[in-house]
Amino acid sequence: MTSAAISPTEAVREEDVRAAGELERTWGDPPGLMGWLRSTDHKSIGKRYIITAFVFFILGGIEAALIRLQLSRPENSLLGPDIYNQIFTMHGTTMMFLFAVPMMTAMGLYFVPTMVGARDVAFPRLNAFGYWVYLIGGLLLYTGFFLNIGPDTGWFTYVPLSGPEYSAGKRVDIWAQTVTFTEIAALVASVEIIATVFKHRAPGMTINRIPIFVWSQLVMAFMIMFSMPWVASASMFLAADRLIGTHLFNPAEGGDALLWQHLFWFFGHPEVYIIFIPALGMASQVVVTFSRREMFGYPAAVLANIAQGFLSFGLWVHHMFATTVPQLASSFFTATSAMIAITTGVQFFCWIATIWLGKPRLRVPFLFVLAFVVVFMIGGLSGVMIASVPFDTQVHDTFFIVAHLHYVLMASVFALFAGFYYWFPKVTGRLLGERLGRWHLALFFIGVNVAFFPQHFLGLDGMPRRVYTYLAETGWGDLNLLSSAGAVTTALSAALFLVNVWRSLRTGAKAGDDPWQADTLEWATSSPPTSYTFVHLPVVESRSPMWDHSVDRPVVTGMRTDLREALVTTLNDAIPDSRHYQPRPTIKPLVAALATGGTFIALIFTPWGLALGSIVITVCLIAWAWPDRQAHAELRRFEEGIA
Amino acid sequence: MILSLLQGWVGAHSALEPAGPQAGRIHALWQFMWVVSALVFLAVVGALLYAALHRRAAGQSAVNPDGVRSATRWVSIATGVSIAILIAFLGVNFVTARPLTSAPGDALQISVTGYQWWWSVQYPSATPSDQVTTANEIHVPVGRPVVMTLSSRDVIHSFWPANLVGKRDLIPGNKSSIWFQADTPGVYRGQCAEFCGHQHAKMGFLVVADPPAQFEAWLREQRDSAPPPPPGSATRGQEVFLAASCVMCHTIRGTPAGSRVGPDLTHLASRRTLAAATLENTRANLAAWISDPQRIKPGTLMPPADLTPADLAALLDYLETLR
Amino acid sequence: MILVRIAAALLVLACGGCEREARRFDDSPPPARPVTMSELEPGPRTMASTMRNPYEGNAWAISQGKRLFSQFNCVGCHGQGGGAIGPPLMDDEWIYGSEPENVFATIAQGRPNGMPAFGGKLNSQQIWQLVGYVQSLSGLIRKDVAPGRDDHMQRKAQEQSTDKMEPASSGIPASAEGRQ
Repeated sequence: MTSAAISPTEAVREEDVRAAGELERTWGDPPGLMGWLRSTDHKSIGKRYIITAFVFFILGGIEAALIRLQLSRPENSLLGPDIYNQIFTMHGTTMMFLFAVPMMTAMGLYFVPTMVGARDVAFPRLNAFGYWVYLIGGLLLYTGFFLNIGPDTGWFTYVPLSGPEYSAGKRVDIWAQTVTFTEIAALVASVEIIATVFKHRAPGMTINRIPIFVWSQLVMAFMIMFSMPWVASASMFLAADRLIGTHLFNPAEGGDALLWQHLFWFFGHPEVYIIFIPALGMASQVVVTFSRREMFGYPAAVLANIAQGFLSFGLWVHHMFATTVPQLASSFFTATSAMIAITTGVQFFCWIATIWLGKPRLRVPFLFVLAFVVVFMIGGLSGVMIASVPFDTQVHDTFFIVAHLHYVLMASVFALFAGFYYWFPKVTGRLLGERLGRWHLALFFIGVNVAFFPQHFLGLDGMPRRVYTYLAETGWGDLNLLSSAGAVTTALSAALFLVNVWRSLRTGAKAGDDPWQADTLEWATSSPPTSYTFVHLPVVESRSPMWDHSVDRPVVTGMRTDLREALVTTLNDAIPDSRHYQPRPTIKPLVAALATGGTFIALIFTPWGLALGSIVITVCLIAWAWPDRQAHAELRRFEEGIA
Repeated sequence: MILSLLQGWVGAHSALEPAGPQAGRIHALWQFMWVVSALVFLAVVGALLYAALHRRAAGQSAVNPDGVRSATRWVSIATGVSIAILIAFLGVNFVTARPLTSAPGDALQISVTGYQWWWSVQYPSATPSDQVTTANEIHVPVGRPVVMTLSSRDVIHSFWPANLVGKRDLIPGNKSSIWFQADTPGVYRGQCAEFCGHQHAKMGFLVVADPPAQFEAWLREQRDSAPPPPPGSATRGQEVFLAASCVMCHTIRGTPAGSRVGPDLTHLASRRTLAAATLENTRANLAAWISDPQRIKPGTLMPPADLTPADLAALLDYLETLR
Repeated sequence: MILVRIAAALLVLACGGCEREARRFDDSPPPARPVTMSELEPGPRTMASTMRNPYEGNAWAISQGKRLFSQFNCVGCHGQGGGAIGPPLMDDEWIYGSEPENVFATIAQGRPNGMPAFGGKLNSQQIWQLVGYVQSLSGLIRKDVAPGRDDHMQRKAQEQSTDKMEPASSGIPASAEGRQ
């Protein structure tokens, strides 16, 4: 393979036009609904993921609005305790399991391959399987909710309240299986990202030329891999206690109610960093592009990101400071919880330096990043406060914590919106409206602060969490009303965003390939990208490949256009290593996902579901791995081509 | 005292108004932390906004070696200052937490058991006849340390009197303990702070800090069984109590009623609140609670009592004698 | 298309759930009608068919029944269903009849040799909850509705896993037929 200076997307020469046509036939999805169901294109799957996760965001937001409406006045009778408990459980479960993590993995699944110069993820069919499993899990939860089988013991589902004695019926079992589905989907996404980033990078993209967003996705993927199995185990233990009568959480028979908390929070704390670290990555890309300067202190920023991923596994007991965990152990977690602030701080300082040294353009994505920093500072500082055990014993399980967690999570949403405004032109080919974007930002910023800042004081004033109402005599009514007004404002801002999206899709300004003059490889594709993304895979010579050459960029030549072929490169220096055959779109991932879905849903009702379902899943997986006639022929042609 | 007067029957409930040394130390820690946090916030956000908004010299290049050196210096300083602040925070935290850990030897022992959705309170004693059992209202002497042993009979609850001390979870299968001291007389409200089911929102309690003499008097009164009711309506009320569903769950010492499913009612009329600090203890509230508890606390385990108005009035007359 | 079929299957599975998961705090179901003591009666048959337990599909109610069974000390005489000084409740022998109405009447009216009359002390909702739990002790309640294990020392298999024991007698109580 030689590097020839040919523009990767503009098929200027006649052979490139032919190549582009053939590539479209090879990499394009079959037509119609069946084609859509069979698709394994990471861009198509990424878009589905993003839209589905956003729908869940809206649903979770509606649940939040109901909560705030109920709490706006003391002794309000809008929602009784039973339905309120279901709604706040659904709000937490939806936002954490169905929106936040899938949205972050979705952004990765869409942009990471493109940013590293690959045509698809490492295992495209597995990617499709992950999405379908996620969708089935979300449908399971919401079908349950609308039929009054929704879980009602909190998104954290503490035992013994969620155990067989105190939670009758199948509500908690639906929660447990939803977690299993989303956990499988997250693990699939993490496998894809790690394999793609490690082995499918463009030639020349050495380890220290990887874009910061891709680094953050890589850290997130490893964190998913190490944390998700714990929550899946915990939910399986809970399902076993409830279904077949095991005693894992029964203190009278040798189990322990605290075991649940350890298992859950060992996942639960990394989970929030799984959400936050990609947000940092997105914001970093925006900062670089809009400062028109490469990241100051790139090694420090990357290492801080990685350190944050590691350290986040050492914090989980800070959710349990009010329990019987011994003092000495707790103080260790105080120290780690405080120290992790440094990793975020280093990244923020690098951004400030980048902006200061650069020439910032105050466009909407950049403004969202500024808001992100402001909001996160409040959330992060209150986070350091609650790292202190004595202080946490006062504010644990109060609205102070609600304020803290929403500040940090909403900060991630600000960064996510920065990413949306930044990458929307790439995905759809149209720019989002700038003026509507500023209005959206303003309303969102005001709404979040008005909604959540008063909650710090509600918590200090004695108001616990997860309460469906409160007495008028407590005097909490005024701040609650103010907070609810903020929630309404936030909802309005989300509506503005939807209006912006709708108008932009219909009549927005056309974006062109690179509307922001950005530095990473996804801006070398068309907007929206073609199914094959690049006519020729790019070769990278620096950290900011798009800023190196204006017209002539080095590319890879000699890749096949009649078969789906991926270029595998080495880990550290991205030297081309081997060629990898990738299969055509197929319905098999969907079938396997349905088999998996059926198994886990059956497990809610009977342990035989596992036995019978495993057989069905095995059959599906064998069918998946079995090459059909067309794949067989292609593989033979592929191997002949290499030989 | 003034605080609790302002709050009415509900009592004080804020972590920002400490009434004892434990809450006081935490309050001091909070003040230190929010001041430092505010300064850090202003510094970082100020730097960010300055970097983003300050006017740049014309022709400034993005590659500026002096700028890079300066930026390196500032980032290093900022990181160093952050580490220093965090270490200082850890130090202040350690100094605050140390005295909070172990209780002094002469503490008063109280045992609290959490149920869905009320608190059983016991003052243990070596002499069994001196033991006191009550519910939802804890009296403590001012100026004396109190150790509460906490346990739960069903799910996880959390005991939290905000004016006095931070919270502690009541975990079934584990016994935990917490200690505090009230230095200011008053009525302090607490609430369960771990989600425990339908009526988690209304599982409150009162801690009443009395001067020592008053506390001893209260304790003595609580030890007594209920005296026989005066003849008339109250006697009829006791008959209603013993014949209806009340005896299935409640104890009134001095009568045959001895069930421990629900709160001990022997001194019901001496309490300031009903239904785990949800209602003020008035005749009207008690009538409403007995007739239809599900309307006030939907999901509570107390069933409605099917009584004629005459029977209900007699029952209330009887219950009012239980001081 | 396939998604529609999945949704339909889910709906069917879950609709059993609507009743199973309902939590009716303020409920006041009608008490049981008088029970049949004999199939002989003059004239055309007037006794209606037996009444079902309104809570037999409601998991929350059955779990409340389990709580009441322990809290009101049914275990003091009946053990955990294996019986002690009172007869066992987890076998197929129902002295006073196995129909829900019979069990309701037994609890409300009391019975000779030591079963107290709880009718004046428990309302109909609580008695129906207890009836449901007693039925679950011999596996007569649907598996997805019956309670799981409790958080105490394990004394018997959970009701969810209890095999169904068809009552040996019909609705007529053994005592009425002259059997012991």
